[in-house]
Amino acid sequence: MAATRPSTDRRLQLGRAGEALAAARLEATGLRVVARNWRCREGEVDLVAAGPGVLVFCEVKTRRGNGYGSPAAAVTPAKQARLRRLAAAYLAASATPPCRVRFDVVAVRWPRGAAPAVDHLEGVL
Amino acid sequence: MLARLATTALVGLAAHPVGVEVDIGRGLPAVTVVGLGDTAVLQARDRIRAAFGNAGFDWPDRRVTVSLPPSDLPKHGPGFDLPIAIGLLAAGGTVPVAALDGLWAVGELGLGGDLRGVRGVLATALAARRAGARLLLVPCDNLAEAALVPGVPVAGAHTLGQVGGWLRGGGTLDAPGRPGPVPPAPVAAEDLADVRGQPLARRALEVAAAGGHNLLLVGPPGAGKTMLARRLPGLLPELERDQALEVTQVLSAAGLLRPDAPLATARPFRAPHHATSVPGLIGGGSPVPRPGEVSLAHHGVLFMDELAEFPRAACEALRQPLEHGEVTVVRAAASVRFPARFALVAATNPCPCGWLGDGVRACRCGPDDLRRYARRLSGPLLDRIDLYVQVGRVAAEELAGPAGGEPSATVRARVLAARYRQRERHGVENAHLPVAALGAACRPTPAARRTLAAAVDRLGLTARGFHRALRVARTLADLAGEERVADHHVHEALGLRHLPLAPSGAPGAA
Repeated sequence: MAATRPSTDRRLQLGRAGEALAAARLEATGLRVVARNWRCREGEVDLVAAGPGVLVFCEVKTRRGNGYGSPAAAVTPAKQARLRRLAAAYLAASATPPCRVRFDVVAVRWPRGAAPAVDHLEGVL
Repeated sequence: MLARLATTALVGLAAHPVGVEVDIGRGLPAVTVVGLGDTAVLQARDRIRAAFGNAGFDWPDRRVTVSLPPSDLPKHGPGFDLPIAIGLLAAGGTVPVAALDGLWAVGELGLGGDLRGVRGVLATALAARRAGARLLLVPCDNLAEAALVPGVPVAGAHTLGQVGGWLRGGGTLDAPGRPGPVPPAPVAAEDLADVRGQPLARRALEVAAAGGHNLLLVGPPGAGKTMLARRLPGLLPELERDQALEVTQVLSAAGLLRPDAPLATARPFRAPHHATSVPGLIGGGSPVPRPGEVSLAHHGVLFMDELAEFPRAACEALRQPLEHGEVTVVRAAASVRFPARFALVAATNPCPCGWLGDGVRACRCGPDDLRRYARRLSGPLLDRIDLYVQVGRVAAEELAGPAGGEPSATVRARVLAARYRQRERHGVENAHLPVAALGAACRPTPAARRTLAAAVDRLGLTARGFHRALRVARTLADLAGEERVADHHVHEALGLRHLPLAPSGAPGAA
């Protein structure tokens, strides 16, 4: 019944494309993307963007459909906790002047062969 | 967006108004329910989510907060499913928020979006009427019950889809059937005509029905104690409408109301097993108590078979309801008063083996056994029973002969007349006549006075026993249609108060 799972490669491609869309969306709201896929021991932050007096840590989740739940619902409590730890690690590692920190989720629903729908949730944590 | 409507939380028999506020805000998808809901309330999230999917509604992919004010009142049960689902539909923009103005709703959701009946809808309807609800929406299972309350518009639905369609202005709800005349109480299946012999016990049943007296039947196994007790409800007058509503409210709160018979018209008959716990008997459960057997027997008959086997604590717990016609049950979350005005019929064997005083079989119990057995009967409980009657073995020729006894209908006619006289005179049943009113109500003849005085002197009748005998005599006079209590009424009353139990130490002599 279930459709064959696309190859890992294809799924990574989808994720990358979603992240590009998300970056465009953040820039459209007046933010400046300062880091993409920033990595440390804790894991990876999809996007870090800066605005006037605010630093935004953004998780991007892209899905083809709602079969396994909506993309936003896939940001589980464990993932939320990791995002917090990553933010702390980023702030420690980079010489960022004191500012407000915000956590955003950009949910991209991208059905095969259709236009993507981008949903930007601000300040979710 | 924020949506508001109203529902109720059941506390005891009464429903308290509860608001339902649903807010859909920005944030990751999650549903939070605040306001002291129990597990069943919190699980509404999962039921509603599945029901939304199966009914074809969009699940809001946002942060949902549900509040159930007042937040300090504990809430339980699945009845909050429907109001929360309606609030979600409106907050998510599927239906207009304005459609929820003055709307009250209660009901459980199935995963498929079907609506299921819940407990206590009668109380909900009463609360909705008090608050001036525009409409009370209930599952179709509860529609007839909700419609018993005049003055509040009610409507029913089978599915969440039907509710959503109506809220959007597209569909219709089910209207309650026209409340016809109250159906007559079903004729009791058990008729007194089936009882062979037992003239004394029959008489005692009639007196118990006429004066509201409690009754103790003592006899060997198989003598017919249970059979007799089952025939008491059939001798009582039909429930008046207010009484029927009270009985219905208890049944509804206990979840025992049948959808096809929304109004209870028959007097209840409850026969709790002697292993029933005290909370099961008088009401209990946590966090908010439910009615017990004494309340389920409200306006009916509570039959305690094998009284000696009931634990003492259970018997003592009956004192409050017997005295006041209600019980107060206190638990962590609430203190609740349940109505409990019932006629008590108790039955017991005369001794552990059961054959004491039987003419044919010999009793195998020793004197110590008898004393111990008699002690098991709670004195304070026996004190509140006016009639003690021996139910003996029925002779073979009576058993084989035709059932020639008086039918229930005939006896009931006398009972109704006697009850009418009582009501005209004092407004209460004779069993509840206050001591101060006894003299004026009975006006015993000089001969009756002498008999009573002799009973006090020679039978060792206590003051309480004296008053009880007088009340029973008053009922006997009412059954005979006489104004004054006469000598022979007193004699018969004393005869109906003889406890044929163990020889010594029994509290029965008085």
